[in-house]
Amino acid sequence: MNRKLGLPTLAAFLLIALHSATAQDGDLRIPKIVEAGSSLTIPSSGNVDGVLYVVGPGNVLRRPVRPGESVTLEAADTSNAGHYLALLVAGSSTQKAEFDIVAARQPASLSFLAKPSRLPIDQRDGISGVVYVFDSFHNLILDPSQVSFHLNAPDGAKARTATTHNGVAWTKMDSSAKPGVVNFQAEVGGVHETRVVQQVPGDPCTLRVNARQAGSRITLETDPVRDCHGNSLPDGTVVTFTETKNGAPAATVDAPLKHDVARTEMPAYPGAVVSVALGVAMGNEVRVGGAR
Amino acid sequence: MRALAHAAWRLSSRLPLVLLLLVAASASEPATIHVQPTDSVGPRQLEKTTEQSVVRDYLKSWQTLDAAMDNSNPDLLNAYFVGLAKDKLANTVREQRKLGINTRYRDRAHDIQITFYSPEGLSLQLVDTVDYDVQVVDHGKTQPAQRVRARYVAVLTPTEMKWKVRIFQAEPLR
Repeated sequence: MNRKLGLPTLAAFLLIALHSATAQDGDLRIPKIVEAGSSLTIPSSGNVDGVLYVVGPGNVLRRPVRPGESVTLEAADTSNAGHYLALLVAGSSTQKAEFDIVAARQPASLSFLAKPSRLPIDQRDGISGVVYVFDSFHNLILDPSQVSFHLNAPDGAKARTATTHNGVAWTKMDSSAKPGVVNFQAEVGGVHETRVVQQVPGDPCTLRVNARQAGSRITLETDPVRDCHGNSLPDGTVVTFTETKNGAPAATVDAPLKHDVARTEMPAYPGAVVSVALGVAMGNEVRVGGAR
Repeated sequence: MRALAHAAWRLSSRLPLVLLLLVAASASEPATIHVQPTDSVGPRQLEKTTEQSVVRDYLKSWQTLDAAMDNSNPDLLNAYFVGLAKDKLANTVREQRKLGINTRYRDRAHDIQITFYSPEGLSLQLVDTVDYDVQVVDHGKTQPAQRVRARYVAVLTPTEMKWKVRIFQAEPLR
């Protein structure tokens, strides 16, 4: 019986003893789940004055408690959803309980992010919408909700539905065939948010330049520039004319579209080649002194 | 028996030191982290480097939360919280300052699952089953720490240098 006890064993033994002295003397009897904005009554027992703490990242409360009295948390005290710890400390005894405040069921606001705000027409899955659903206390509603997405395009409306998962729902939709301003709306339980998306014509379908030489100058003019659906490109869209002489750049001019056509003048170097481009679209080439 | 009594006496004379060391060791112990596979996260594809950044910054947000609550300083939240989450946590910090209370949140274990990465890459959601200790200090009087397990839903958004928590809300364990 003359065995020596190691220091770690003894320390653990004493810690357990110490812990027992400060251990909880029971659980508080309160509901495990409370809806945000509801009142909550926490009963107390014991025969000495105490203090009730309710703590969580979303709220903190401290209430004096008289023996046998209960404490009522009002709606304002339970507005932030989250996990809470209730501690009733009275003399040397501590009672505790954990409970959750969950979001109210009725949606009150949406966070709706629609992207992009401007895109070419006829883009498959080109528009995305993400919705987070909140109650009136700005708690994320984590129970599933049905979200309706509406895209009111110039050539007709499109609709999709999605169910929230952990408070978020998303969709992707095609941009329509006609340019213009589109209202993109998300709706949940009578609450809706609208974002504006501008659809612009796509890339030019064909790009062709015509040339007319007059002395030492050459006048260049494109055919009407349209996308493959026949939509005009916006005035001001830049067309780039580039003249090369003996394989080296000789002159470059950016000219804006006006009523579908871009015009410019360049020096008429004999044998030089003029090319035209708009974005990723390349047009024909023209040789000074003879067309190509 | 005498040996046991002697050992107990020797220990009792050094108990404050032993306890201090044990508490210090316990407090500084890093949380254990488990991140569930992210193969099926969508709709946007989640790159490994993005996943690592998000998890790193989310875990730092817990340290920030603890520092802000422990020091009753809402400004500390700015580092890793933004928007709704920052506003709500800052209100809690201000409220506990009024009450003369400090709270400590020491995370012990995280089981993180990234559940959503938005199509345009501007928000990412994760669910974290987390074990943590909560301790209340009321006007300097420390209450015993309580071990808590909860399931947190967090939405993070990218900022210039890091991801910040925009929504931070616990829900009942399933």
